[in-house]
Amino acid sequence: MVPTDRLSASPLPASYRYVEAWGMNAGHLGRVLEPRSVTEVVAAFELARAEGVTLGPRGAGNSYGDASLNSVGHVLDLRGLDRILSWDAETGIADLEAGVTIEALWKRSLPDGWWPAVVPGTMFPTVGGLAAMNAHGKNDYRVGSFGDQILEIDLVLPSGEVRTCDRERHPALFHAAVGGLGLLGCVSRVKVRTKRVHSGELWVRAISVRNLREALEEMEARRDCADYLVGWLDGFAGGDGLGRGLLHEGRHLAEGEDDTPERSLSVAHQELADSILGFPKSQLWRVLRLLNHDPGMRLVNALKHHSGRLEALGDRQRWTHAAFSFLLDYVPNWKWSYGRRGRRGLIQFQAFVPHEAAGEVFAGLLADARSADCVPYLAVLKRHRPGPFLLTHALDGWSLALDFKVTPQRRATLWGVTERLTDRVLEARGRFYFAKDSLLRPGDVRRFLPPDALAAFAELKRELDPEHLLQTDLSRRALGDVCDPQEPCSA
Amino acid sequence: MKEDATLHAEPEAGAGRRALVIGASSGIGRALVRRLAAEGYGVAALARRKEELASLREECAERGTGEVLVFSHDVQELDEVGGLFERVVRELGGLDLCVFAAGIMPQVAEDEYDTAKDAAMIAVNLTGCVAWLNPVARLFASQRGGTLVGISSVAGDRGRTKAPVYGATKAAMNTYLESLRNRLADHGVHVCTIKPGFVDTAMLGGADDLPWVVSADTAARRILRAARWRVNVRYVPMRWWWVMAVIRAVPSWLFSRFRI
Repeated sequence: MVPTDRLSASPLPASYRYVEAWGMNAGHLGRVLEPRSVTEVVAAFELARAEGVTLGPRGAGNSYGDASLNSVGHVLDLRGLDRILSWDAETGIADLEAGVTIEALWKRSLPDGWWPAVVPGTMFPTVGGLAAMNAHGKNDYRVGSFGDQILEIDLVLPSGEVRTCDRERHPALFHAAVGGLGLLGCVSRVKVRTKRVHSGELWVRAISVRNLREALEEMEARRDCADYLVGWLDGFAGGDGLGRGLLHEGRHLAEGEDDTPERSLSVAHQELADSILGFPKSQLWRVLRLLNHDPGMRLVNALKHHSGRLEALGDRQRWTHAAFSFLLDYVPNWKWSYGRRGRRGLIQFQAFVPHEAAGEVFAGLLADARSADCVPYLAVLKRHRPGPFLLTHALDGWSLALDFKVTPQRRATLWGVTERLTDRVLEARGRFYFAKDSLLRPGDVRRFLPPDALAAFAELKRELDPEHLLQTDLSRRALGDVCDPQEPCSA
Repeated sequence: MKEDATLHAEPEAGAGRRALVIGASSGIGRALVRRLAAEGYGVAALARRKEELASLREECAERGTGEVLVFSHDVQELDEVGGLFERVVRELGGLDLCVFAAGIMPQVAEDEYDTAKDAAMIAVNLTGCVAWLNPVARLFASQRGGTLVGISSVAGDRGRTKAPVYGATKAAMNTYLESLRNRLADHGVHVCTIKPGFVDTAMLGGADDLPWVVSADTAARRILRAARWRVNVRYVPMRWWWVMAVIRAVPSWLFSRFRI
């Protein structure tokens, strides 16, 4: 249980501001409640009930789409619950309030020789958000998702009850709430395991691939021995080079391989440099901004591919965990290169496709995007395995994440194109990941999640949140017909 | 300087944009509301005095300009700020420009050391400014856009015998606004510090022997121009810039002999 000593007599802190999707493709003005304790989370539910408005839970707001927006109610920002409740350097188990970020976790655990077992591509998300989204990392095919690393969670239910769940206590709720988008209760505490590491560095090998088939084959061949696998693809390449790119394979160092683990495990050793050749990285997005158009990104992607060929000729290298894991943090605020004002930004279309169908479907997605003149500026390939959670994107297969630029002029075209891509994925029994989603239409969820899973989720929603206090723009858009207060669906 | 009786508004300049003026019942604030409304802004006017607000709304309605939303509020009531700010932005449907124009300058005799009087000045001019511009800054940072204007004064540039605390509040305001500017620069938010000289408002107390007095409307026009051009610090009128450059350069031992 979270200690309740952080009580405050002052009213629930709140602010009125613009709440935005990470990809800047959606947002709204709204009241953001900022509780600092479980007691204040309960107070937020009471306030919402008294005012007759809904609450949308939000962590660090790193979901690309509208998963943490609530344009018709208040937003419940849980970053204030940011205490590391306990850290055990013997077992590597961390007991964290939901607002603790992955950054805070690794900075605490690494000097003791532990690295979070699963991390996303950026260190800024909160563990509560990662639990609610059941996020994954570059080692999903090997160790599973973030949810698989969770030992127990606390949920603050709309009733005010704080319920601790794990695989024994309330297992049904545990498996529904992990990946449950915060719709059943607000995640307030996450107990998570980390992985023992013997160095602050990884062996990283680069593998240049000439096309998508080669990318899939190379990754599949390394699946049993690599600790991490991630592929970058050039979305602009077509023809024989469709899906060409650069794979990175990461391996942990064995005990004794690092002569000076104390040094490499230090936080200072991991910190990313502030500048590149003297140029401050904080301003680098302005340079990328100049290249953020089709010809510019075609050039950047081609340069990356060709420099990757050189990189792949070299021997394996040692990278720090932070540099390898958090590639998205390399250029601060890089998303601003997509434009910062006036509904400009990006969406990510991440499709999860079963192993057998992946080659064909991904080739189709890349070709469709190219022929529709909506070329993704970034494409990332990962391998996955199925998971036990109710609303899960996990499957035995692959994911391809495509970043598309959004402008007011291109928005309608882009949405039309991605609808076709969505159908292609759904027809191949593929799935989608809610943390990335901006596109799912009502009914799409029923096409990829099993009916019994949806029915079980709806049943829990009815039981735990009969007033439907917990809602987000995403839940209304994609799950509206699953847990609609007006039309409760039958189990 | 020729004072114009008409507004010479650019009616399209503010179309679809929303502005909030705090301290709108008289003086520069009132002139700003009239001008913003004439430019097509949706305007929310905040001030203490209800009657003045009502007459301002009527005046703008008679001119045929956009509707002006008025809210009665004393900036010393800090507890009201959060809720009222939310209400104002909701009713306006957003916010693009905020001007903090509230300020008091009671007459202070040269041998007067009245803490109550001074505390009131700090409460309105400084604490009120911080209480309002903090939530505005937060909103603007989150939407990565917006213009924040603080009406400071030339009085903040030096410590004068006649207005120790008034000058101090304005100096503090200058520093606060500069910090906001630096904080928000990377978020696409602009912060404009205005340092008016003598403006023909009630604050002058009817003094008629002052140099370069401009009308409130002229001041308002210059202020909005400075905001539009994203000027960081602007003296109104601009000639105060070199005057104050000289005055700022005067060493303290000499300045103390001027009795100004």
